[in-house]
Amino acid sequence: MALTDDTVREPSDDEVFAPAPSPLDVPIAEQSEISEEISRRHAAARPGLVQPAVDFRPYRSSELRHPTKDLRHADPEGVELFSPVFGHRDVDPIESDLTLHPAGEPVGERIRITGRVLDGDGRPVAGQLVEIWQANAAGRYVHKRDAHPAPLDPHFTGVGRTITGADGSYDFVTIKPGPYPWKNHRNAWRPAHVHFSLFGSEFTQRMVTQMYFPGDPLLPLDPIYQAITDQRARDRLVSVYDHDVSEHEWLLGYRWDIVLTGTHSTPMEPEEGEH
Amino acid sequence: MSEHTQVHTAAGDLVPTPGQTVGPFFGFALPYERGHELVPPSTPGAVRLHGTVYDGAGDPVPDAILEISQAGADGRVHGQEGTLARDGMTWSGWGRCPTTRAGTYSFTTVVPGPVDGAAPFFAVVVFARGLLNRLFTRAYLPGDDAALAADPLLSSLDEADRATLVAVAEDDGSLRFDIRLQGEGETAFLTYPRHDA
Ligand SMILES: [Fe+2]
Repeated sequence: MALTDDTVREPSDDEVFAPAPSPLDVPIAEQSEISEEISRRHAAARPGLVQPAVDFRPYRSSELRHPTKDLRHADPEGVELFSPVFGHRDVDPIESDLTLHPAGEPVGERIRITGRVLDGDGRPVAGQLVEIWQANAAGRYVHKRDAHPAPLDPHFTGVGRTITGADGSYDFVTIKPGPYPWKNHRNAWRPAHVHFSLFGSEFTQRMVTQMYFPGDPLLPLDPIYQAITDQRARDRLVSVYDHDVSEHEWLLGYRWDIVLTGTHSTPMEPEEGEH
Repeated sequence: MSEHTQVHTAAGDLVPTPGQTVGPFFGFALPYERGHELVPPSTPGAVRLHGTVYDGAGDPVPDAILEISQAGADGRVHGQEGTLARDGMTWSGWGRCPTTRAGTYSFTTVVPGPVDGAAPFFAVVVFARGLLNRLFTRAYLPGDDAALAADPLLSSLDEADRATLVAVAEDDGSLRFDIRLQGEGETAFLTYPRHDA
């Protein structure tokens, strides 16, 4: 998919610059301090939590960006019981192959990521949008504010979309993303990951997450991944290498299934022509 | 199916996959052309739903992205296919808008009609760098005090929290809905049944 100017949002004329962030009043932390904070939080956390702690200080940017009050209980009603409808008018099938570029092949390790999207009852989430975005093989994003001094790949945008099949399945062909440095603490590196955006059949099921790769030595060090305090919950974000998905002399295969929360209304049977 | 998808919660649900932050680099992936225009601006009755996202220091958040879901002016909740392909005629009832460098967002839409007589609202979901999981909330339409008073969610909240969920009618006819992620005037964010393990 060629990245056109249309897909990169330019600020309009009436937008103003936000004030520059004030300098940190604390010296930048070492990995050892971050790791120590992570260990303390894990030890204090209630076992079995399935979602990340939003107030996870080892991830410094979370400090001022998480609610301090408990979430309020709402019974979903009206539009919350529905999801936007996506179809082939919205997504071209070639958008699931990130290695297709009119000017040539991207550099890196060609992979397939495939799996199923299920709801809390184990039913397939069919006909829904899956969006992914990622860095290239060198760990660089096609994003203006990515200042990592690694090369851009003229043949890779790192953006993909697809619509799940009747069995909830999705399938992307891409390049394995590289790890990249970030400014959370000294010598901070994000483990290789692919960002995923998912829709269920209800608004309440909307979620965005990140998929990781098995055996990545950066996983124990990463405060974003470790914000999920329960090991079994963290494991749910790590894909599995699947040799049956790999293809002879072509690519390596990873399998990753995604479970959304449960729905609240009895789903309607798909109509003729829907998928 | 992988092993981890077969684990159940105490309530019998499959354990959901955890969320993660949308990160800083969604700008080349998630926003799309006219994603913030649920209707073209020239549509009769078109209204702007806009506001600023603030952090706990009161600073605007320039790297958030919002989505809204809403009923049509007639209270219809079913959108049609064509949510991403904005052809100017299809009502999808859904929009997406990243915040600007000033932390502002703006949707062009219509005022949602009441669904089964309930107080109308825009369902809102917020993602941001630094925010480790999505946040759900509602932006209720101002004006109909009786409907707002009868709303089950609003009537379960204290006055200050309730105020964070009602949009403000501006003099120019637009609706303003600011979102405060933390601190004074913190927006009331929502959880739904089956979200808790
Ligand atoms: Fe990333």
